[in-house]
Amino acid sequence: MDKKKGSGKRRLTVQALWAFLTNSYLTGFRNGSIYRGNLKKLCVPGLNCYSCPGALGACPIGALQAVIGSWNFKAAFYVSGFLIFVGALVGRLVCGWLCPFGLIQELLHKIPFFKKIGTFRGDKLLRKLKYVVLVVFVILLPMFLVDVLGQGAPYFCKLICPAGTLEGGIPLVLLNKAMRGTVGWLYAWKNLILGVTVFLSILIYRPFCKYLCPLGAIYAVFQPISVFRYRVDEEKCVGCGKCAKACKMQVDPVRDANSRECIRCGECKKVCPTGAIGSGWGKVRSKRDADGVDARRG
Amino acid sequence: MKNAIRKYAGWFCALLGLCMMVFGALRGEVAVVFTKAVNICLECIGIG
Repeated sequence: MDKKKGSGKRRLTVQALWAFLTNSYLTGFRNGSIYRGNLKKLCVPGLNCYSCPGALGACPIGALQAVIGSWNFKAAFYVSGFLIFVGALVGRLVCGWLCPFGLIQELLHKIPFFKKIGTFRGDKLLRKLKYVVLVVFVILLPMFLVDVLGQGAPYFCKLICPAGTLEGGIPLVLLNKAMRGTVGWLYAWKNLILGVTVFLSILIYRPFCKYLCPLGAIYAVFQPISVFRYRVDEEKCVGCGKCAKACKMQVDPVRDANSRECIRCGECKKVCPTGAIGSGWGKVRSKRDADGVDARRG
Repeated sequence: MKNAIRKYAGWFCALLGLCMMVFGALRGEVAVVFTKAVNICLECIGIG
């Protein structure tokens, strides 16, 4: 039991350490500026605004829009390739272990509130919204809604992303006198979205990840085939349902161990009384881990 | 058959992703990413 509690703390530690490491440009916080070194040629795997004063890497979603919206490139091989590479290797493990904004939502969810919402009518349909956000705001709008020079804006970042507001907008406006005079309706809109996200995170576990995050949507596409995968040993599984009850993403690992909604946090492994749920790289061992159904049925 | 495809699809896609990254870097996309990342993104922070 202690070992299992330890694994939860371990994930929190990894998340916090990674968030700190990738946002450790403390000079940025001191001066109200951002890091301008060569590390910004590399994307970080999680959602982390590159305009955060501490950010050392580039946000993959921001970078994707930047290339798609540029006047000289439309196909973004470098960033897409990075996302495909990460997604194909680990799927949404990034969401559960390496995303600073996911961590923030998880911490907010720990705040006591008289009503916590697990699932609700319309939850399943709303989960599809993140794919719409990905296609419309991250890909199509930057590609086709362009200015006279043929450049598209990062519409997801501009109109939706609460991470940019929290990590970049608020610190920079607070630290930069010149910026304070330029805030307008867009800043108000972004802070409203952030406020709603913060409030909903207290009520619902990771609402942005479930319903809006385009990065999670991309990794979810590769989740069923990712090299790192979960598996349920059907010989050990006693069908108690504890794993499904423990899952805050409302996934039933027994039905689909590699569900697109799973963030691979490991909570199901912690509560399984028989140790039937495992994870690893490569080889598919269980008869029922490939797509959640008996593989003998093909 | 399905298991065999799933077994190798992940590795194949990872390799494809890697090749795409190299191709994109060679054609100069990294400069676009870098330029965007080292300048304060006014749209991202809700100003521009």
